[in-house]
Amino acid sequence: MNTETSFILNGEPVTVALRPDTTVLDLLRAHLSRTGTKEGCAEGDCGACTILFKRHGANGAHPEPANACIMTVAQIEGAEITTVEGVANGALSTLQERMAENGSSQCGYCTPGIVVALTGLLSRKPDPTEEEIHDALAGNLCRCTGYKPIVEAVRRAAGSIETAPTELPALPAFTTTTATEGSTVTRPENLDALLQAKASHQDAVLLAGGTDLGVPLAGYETEWPSIIITGHVPELRRLATTEDTHEIGAAVTWEELLHEVADDYPSFATLIRRFGSTQIRSMGTVGGNIGTASPIGDGPPSMIALGATITLQSAERGARTLPLEAYFLDYRKTELADDEVIVSVTLPRPTTGQIFRTYKISKRYDQDISTVCGAFNLTLEGDMITKACIAYGGMAATPKRAPEAESAIIERPLNNETAQLFADALAKDFKPLDDWRGSAKYRMRVAQGLFARLVAEHSGERVEVMTL
Amino acid sequence: MNKHVANIERAIVGKGIAHDSARKHVVGDAIYIDDMPEVPGTLHAALVLSPVAHGTLKGIDASRALAMDGVVDFAAAPDIKGHNDIAPILPGEELFATRTLDYLGQPVGVICATDFKTAVRAAHAVEVLCDEMEPVLDIEEAHAKQQYVLPAQELICGDVDAALGEAETVIEGRLEIGGQDHFYLETQIALAVPGEDQDMTVYSSTQHPTEVQHHVAHVLDRYANCVDVQVRRMGGGFGGKESQATIIAAAAAILADRTGKPVKLRMKRSADMTATGKRHDMVSRWKIGVTGQGRILGADVEYLARAGNTPDLTGPVLTRSLTHTDNAYHIPAARFIGRACKTNTVSNTAFRGFGGPQGVVTSEAMIDQIARELSLDPNHVRAVNYYGPQTGEVTPYDQPVEHNRLLEVTDAVLNSARWQERRAEIDAHNAADPVIRRGLAMMPVKFGISFNLPSLNQAGALVHVYQDGSVHLNHGGTEMGQGLFMKVAQVVAEVFQLDVDRIKITATHPGKVPNTSPTAASTGSDLNGMAAYIAATAIRTRMVPVAAEHFDVEEDDIIFRENRIHAGNRSISFAELAKMSWAERVSLSEAGHYATPKIHWDAKSMKGRPFFYFTYGAAIAEVAIDTITGENRCLRADIIQDCGQSLNSAIDLGQIEGAFVQGMGWLTCEELWWDKKGRLRTIGPSTYKIPGSRDVPPEFNVALLDDAPNGEETVFRSKAVGEPPLMLAVSVFLALRDAVASLAPKGYSPKLMTPCTPEKVLDAVIDARGAHNR
Repeated sequence: MNTETSFILNGEPVTVALRPDTTVLDLLRAHLSRTGTKEGCAEGDCGACTILFKRHGANGAHPEPANACIMTVAQIEGAEITTVEGVANGALSTLQERMAENGSSQCGYCTPGIVVALTGLLSRKPDPTEEEIHDALAGNLCRCTGYKPIVEAVRRAAGSIETAPTELPALPAFTTTTATEGSTVTRPENLDALLQAKASHQDAVLLAGGTDLGVPLAGYETEWPSIIITGHVPELRRLATTEDTHEIGAAVTWEELLHEVADDYPSFATLIRRFGSTQIRSMGTVGGNIGTASPIGDGPPSMIALGATITLQSAERGARTLPLEAYFLDYRKTELADDEVIVSVTLPRPTTGQIFRTYKISKRYDQDISTVCGAFNLTLEGDMITKACIAYGGMAATPKRAPEAESAIIERPLNNETAQLFADALAKDFKPLDDWRGSAKYRMRVAQGLFARLVAEHSGERVEVMTL
Repeated sequence: MNKHVANIERAIVGKGIAHDSARKHVVGDAIYIDDMPEVPGTLHAALVLSPVAHGTLKGIDASRALAMDGVVDFAAAPDIKGHNDIAPILPGEELFATRTLDYLGQPVGVICATDFKTAVRAAHAVEVLCDEMEPVLDIEEAHAKQQYVLPAQELICGDVDAALGEAETVIEGRLEIGGQDHFYLETQIALAVPGEDQDMTVYSSTQHPTEVQHHVAHVLDRYANCVDVQVRRMGGGFGGKESQATIIAAAAAILADRTGKPVKLRMKRSADMTATGKRHDMVSRWKIGVTGQGRILGADVEYLARAGNTPDLTGPVLTRSLTHTDNAYHIPAARFIGRACKTNTVSNTAFRGFGGPQGVVTSEAMIDQIARELSLDPNHVRAVNYYGPQTGEVTPYDQPVEHNRLLEVTDAVLNSARWQERRAEIDAHNAADPVIRRGLAMMPVKFGISFNLPSLNQAGALVHVYQDGSVHLNHGGTEMGQGLFMKVAQVVAEVFQLDVDRIKITATHPGKVPNTSPTAASTGSDLNGMAAYIAATAIRTRMVPVAAEHFDVEEDDIIFRENRIHAGNRSISFAELAKMSWAERVSLSEAGHYATPKIHWDAKSMKGRPFFYFTYGAAIAEVAIDTITGENRCLRADIIQDCGQSLNSAIDLGQIEGAFVQGMGWLTCEELWWDKKGRLRTIGPSTYKIPGSRDVPPEFNVALLDDAPNGEETVFRSKAVGEPPLMLAVSVFLALRDAVASLAPKGYSPKLMTPCTPEKVLDAVIDARGAHNR
C-alpha cells in the first residue's frame, strides 16, 4: 500500500500524494504550478491541455499526445510526461520559433496545447504531409487564427526535432496499489490479478484510457472511490495477426488498432482516424469503446459487420466468447457481468469477394461524434451480392444490424435499383431519435443513402467531399 | 501629419511585426488570470444556475451545500448591498434572479469554497425552489405572442409600398439565421481581491473594464474610484466578454467583499455556454420589388431576433442589422424593421459583427434569390445594384457612401480567383450529374466603422517617457488576441522613431486611463491608436525645443530617426534627449484623448452618419456538397480586404483569415440546439462543433487591397479589421446555394437555412430535386 504516485515530468522525477482520481490537469496546474497547460473544455475535445505521455514500461516508444483534463493521476504511475514547459529547455524549439514569427497565435490560449501536439507529431514524423499535420491537429481547436499559419509553421519546422533518447532519472519501483483517503487504485499486472481485483471490487471503475469515463470526472460531476487500471495487463495489451483473424486485447488503443487493420480494412482505418483525435486514439481503447456501450460508439458497427466476437472473463466462471452483436442488450446495457472484464475481440480477416466500407456522417469531419455510422460487409460474386452483414450506429439504442435491409439485397446486383430496395427495407429496421446531432428524418435518409454511396463508390465515383 | 519624421514616414507602422506575446504564447509563459499565482487563502467560486427555463423563484436552499467540507459562503440577490442590476444599457437586468426565472442557466447565486472542485460540486448541491412554467423557446412563437424586450426599430426611406406596387416583380423570401457561441478558448473568469478603504481590485477577462468597474461598484454600493480593474490579456473575446464578463466579475466581487478574501470565479465550459449570451439567431423575411434586370426598387425587410430574457445589447445589435441590410447595394426605398423577441433562453449579446452578419447574409440571400428567380447572373444583379463610386448615393439611413472601393475589391478578386474559367469548369462538372455537386459565389462586404452610439467613439491613452528613453504605454483598449497592443505600440514607436521593443505594453487599467469604451465594433486601433498618437505627439512636441536648443538649430530641423534625434549630421540618443528634457523640467507624460469626428446619429429616426467610414472587402468561395448526405466543404476561398494603409499587415492578415473561418463556422457546422425544456444541449466542443484545421479551405488566398489609404483621417490612414472579414464567409453560404441550385431547373431559388449542417443542406437538396416535378 502506497499513498504516493511517482512519475517523470519534463525529465525530472516527481512524487505526489494526491487522490488517484485527481485529473492530471489539476495536478499540473493547481498542485505543481505548471500553468502552461490550459483547461479549455474539460472533456478532451479542445486540446488546450495536451501533454505528451509515455506509459510505464513503454520503453523505446514515442511519447503520445494525450488530454490531461480527462487523464487521472491513477494512470501516470511510472509514466513520463512532457508539458509545454518541457518541450524545449530554456530556448525556443524550431517549431516554437516558426509559430511565434508567423502569426500562429493570436489570443495564445490554445497555443501551448498545439505546440505539444505538433512536437509529438514531429518526433513521430519528422517531415509530415499536409494530411498528417491535420491528423495531428484534429484534437486541437483554435478560435482565432483559422489554423493556416499553424499548418505552415509545421511545414517550415519539418525535420527540426531530434528524437535522440535521453537518460531518464530512476523512479521508485512501480507500485500496484495507491490509496489515499477516499480513493484507491489497483494496477494489476496480469489477467488473474485483474480478475481477482474485479471480483473483490465490483463497484470499482475499470479504467483503460479514460477518454469517456474521464469526462464527468473532469467536470467535477463524480468521484471515484475505487479504480482498477487495465493497461498493465499483458493479456489485454496483446495484438496479434493470425492467418484468419486479428486478435485484439481489450486495452489495445485505437491508434494501435488503426495500424493493425490499415491493410486489411482501409475504410475502417479511415474511420478510426476520424472518430477520435490523436490524443483520444492514443489513450482510448477497444475494450473501453465497447465497454461504455454507447449507441453512437464508432467501433462496434464495423466490428459487428465484420463478424467480430468478444471474449469476457471472470475469476469465478472463466472465459466465454460470443458474437459482438449479441453483447449489446439495450441502451448502455450489455452482457458484461459485474465481476467480468472484456479480455479481447477477434476480428476476422478479409475473404475472397468481400468488400467492406464504413461511412461516418457528422457535423464536422474530424473529432466529432457520429450522427449516423454505417458499416457494410458484402460478398460479391461477379456483380451479385451473395452475403451481406450491415450494422449501424446512431440509429437505435445500441449498435445494431439491419436484417431487413440485408435480406432485401441478397442475390441482387450492386446497383442503384438495389440501393432503392435497401432504402425501403431499412425503414423497417430502425426508428431513430431526434437530437442535436440530427433529426430522426435526417438519420433515416442518410442511413438509407449510404448504400447508394457505396454503389457510387464501387463504380468509381468520388463520393466524399473530404477526399476532394 | 507626423511632422518631425516626415522624411522617413512609416518606418515602424505597417510592418508585419508579430503579436506582442507570440513568444510567450508558444512556451506557455503568457499569464491568463487562472495562471496567476494564488495568494494563500484565495477562495474559488461557482455560479448557481436556474434549473428551469421559466418559473417563479420560491426560494433557495443552500444549507446542504454550505455543510460540505470546504464550502465558505453563498450569496444570492438579497445579499447584494448595492444594486442588483448589471444591465449594459437599459436598467433592470438582474445579476441574480429575484422573482422569475427566465432561462435555464440564469444565475441565481454564487458559492465559494477553499478549492474549485468543491465550489462546483457545492453549486450543484444548492437547491433552487421554483414553480415551473411553460417556456417560450421559439422566436416566431414569441413574435406571435407579441413578446419583446424592446420596442421595434424601424429604418425607413422613400415609399416602399409604392415601390413594391410599381415593380415588375416582387420577390418574397425568408431565411433562418443560426446563432453562434463565442467559444473563446479561455472561459469567463474574474479574480476579485479586497483591499483597504473599501478597495476592490478585479482581474477580469473582459473587453470592457470600465463596465466591470461600474457594475462592481454598483453591486457593492460604493464609488467607482474604489474599484480597480486590470486586464492584461484575454484568451479570446469575440464580443462574448463585452457585457457578459460583468456577471462573473460582479459575482466574484460580492463574495470577496463578504469574506474579505480573494475570490476567483472561473466558469467551467459547460456552465459558460449555458449561462452566457451568444450571437443572436434571427429569422429574416423580405419583399423586394425589382426590375426585369434585377435592379432593386424597394425592399421591405423584417428581422425577428432572439433577444433572450433581457435586452442586454440587442438594441444596438439590431440597429447594426438594419444598417447593414443594404450591404453594398443602393436601395432607394426601404422599410427595415427589427424586433427583439423575448424568449426563455439566455440573453444574447455582442459577437464579432454585432448584428452586421445577420444583415449582410440577408442582403446577399435577397440578391441571390433575385438572380435565381429572374434567371440572371448573381454577379450581374450585384453590379446593377452597387452603390456607384461617384454617384453620391446615400444609404437608407442617409449616410453618403464616400471613398467607395466596391468595384476595386470585387474586380480584384474576380480576376485573382479566375472567376470566368472556374465558373465554366464547375458548370461542366455539375452537368455530368455526379454525387458531388460544386458551387461558386462571389460577394462584397461594405461595413460601417464606429459604434452606432456616438458617445462610445472616444478613447484615452497614457504615455510616459522615462529618463532612460524607455516608454510606458497604456490605453483604454484591451488585448484579446487581435494584436491591438502591438499596433498601438507601433504607433507610439513611429511617433518617437524608437524600436518597438522600447515601448512597454501594459495591462488595461481604468486607474491609468479612465472611462474606457469597450474594445469592440472593430474600433480598437482607430480609437486607441489615435489617442496614443495624440499623447506621444504632444510629448515629442515638447521634446523638440529641448533638442533644438541643444543643437542650436530651428525646431523644424529636428528629425527623429532610428532611436536618435538628428540635426543635420549631428545626433543624440532618444535617451539623452529624454534626460535633457527632464532636466529642463519638461513633462514627459501625457494623457491623450481622441473623439471620432463627423459622426452623429438620431436613434429615433434612425438617420444620420453613424459611421466615420466604410471598409470594403470581397470574397469568392468554392464548395462541394454531397447530394446523398448533405456533407459539404469549402474547397477554396479568395479574399481581398481593404485595410486602408495597414498598421500591421501580418496582424491584419491573421484577423482576416481567422474571421473568415469563424464566419464559416457560424454558417456551416456550428449549431445551437435546445431541447423542449429549454436546456441548451450543445455546451461543449463535443457537441458544439467549431471549425477544425481540416475545415479550412485547402486553397485559401488572402490579400490586402493595395495602395488604399483611408479617405478619412484615421491613424496613419489605416482601417479597422476585426469584424468586417467575418462576413466574407457569407460567400460560402452563397456557394452552397449555388451548388444546390444546380440540381433544379432555372428560376428556382434554393431553400437553404443556416447553419448549413449536412442535414440542412440535404433538406435543400431534396427540395431542389423536387422542383423538377412542381
